[in-house]
Amino acid sequence: MRAKRPYIVLSFHATVEAMAWEKHCTEANIPGRLIPLPRELSAGCGLAWRMLPGDWQQWQSKLDRNAFDAIATVEQ
Amino acid sequence: MLEALQTAGNPGRGAHEPTLHAARLVYGTREALAELFHAESPACIAFASNATQALNTAINGLIRPGDHVITTVCEHNSVLRPLYRLRQQGAELSFLGVDARGVLQCDQLETLLRPNTKAIVVTHASNVTGNRTDLARVSTFAKRHGLLFIVDAAQTAGVHSIDVQALGMDVLCFTGHKGLLGPQGTGGFYVRPGLRIAPLVVGGSGVHSFDENHPAEMPTALEAGTLNVPGIAGLGAGVRWILEQGVELLHARETALACLFYEQVRSLPDVTLYGDFAAQERAPIVSLNLAGEDSARVADILWEDYGICVRAGAHCAPLMHKVLGTVEQGVVRFSFSHTNTEQEVLQAAAAVRQLAQEE
Repeated sequence: MRAKRPYIVLSFHATVEAMAWEKHCTEANIPGRLIPLPRELSAGCGLAWRMLPGDWQQWQSKLDRNAFDAIATVEQ
Repeated sequence: MLEALQTAGNPGRGAHEPTLHAARLVYGTREALAELFHAESPACIAFASNATQALNTAINGLIRPGDHVITTVCEHNSVLRPLYRLRQQGAELSFLGVDARGVLQCDQLETLLRPNTKAIVVTHASNVTGNRTDLARVSTFAKRHGLLFIVDAAQTAGVHSIDVQALGMDVLCFTGHKGLLGPQGTGGFYVRPGLRIAPLVVGGSGVHSFDENHPAEMPTALEAGTLNVPGIAGLGAGVRWILEQGVELLHARETALACLFYEQVRSLPDVTLYGDFAAQERAPIVSLNLAGEDSARVADILWEDYGICVRAGAHCAPLMHKVLGTVEQGVVRFSFSHTNTEQEVLQAAAAVRQLAQEE
């Protein structure tokens, strides 16, 4: 497998929140994309939002903390 | 909808583009419905296969043996039969009655109250008479006594303004294939934030797969299994068109056509009309009978000889027909859409006139 690199991954309480988040990010030109929920965050299934660490640094102060559940650094 | 059939995957089952595309289609329809009903958020909207499934879920998920429920004689079997089944399991029912025109006697609501009253379930409009329920008045009653307020909007969603927050609704059930202009097999409900409805069906959710319990978060809580994505995409297209046109405009068009028909047939000999036509706000239907003629025969002649589609019989609303005295005869129901024309309405009235004058 290819070499891993760190990403910032945001998880959500429900899929509908992930869809709302994606729409918000698209409209606000916030970089990132929806990915399958990494097992480091949950052993179930679902969607998560992945960003490059540099993008996270640039955007985190402008993001609504209540719009997502948890944040983690994940090697992918 | 056709595009969804060809391109959409299974929403929430994976994160490749086809599944995300499907999830976006579904979310877009949630957004449109939330805007239409003035809901707190798209997460308050859950999809079902029709209003009947939504009503069954809400009624069975909120009412327990020993609870008392107030409903009305205007209800469709999609409300009545779930309640009758619960009564067999120990729930209690009371029915709000109507006057001779089929108008609900809301001033009698207080007399139906019991210490164990849990909920009130009402239709927004009778599918037999077209009489519209004064939801603000029922809501005030429900809030005063801490009752769950469940509304069947199968006849009105899409062509009557509905503000779930202003009206204090706990649950609003709708079908997609009537006023919302979606395909058959679509429907759903609005559920007030914080209200937990025990789901009828549990299973695949796409999340928390190792949890033995189905997720409690809305809307996943009430959407076990794969959704009807092509249907929901079609429903979304319908709702967005309605939002562009404006509900009030569509309602005004339908009302004008129904009034035109009513004025044309109201004075015809041997025509009996059912409903309160003096009311400002009604569903755009006109139900009638021709003397003592079987409504099924009249409907058949209207189709065979005039090409006019009407609904005869009991309309799945048995209590309403008992009150109206039309159990045996049924009624002939003319339903008017904003897509009908004045010419079509006048043709329908002319057909009724001709039949009424025949020996």
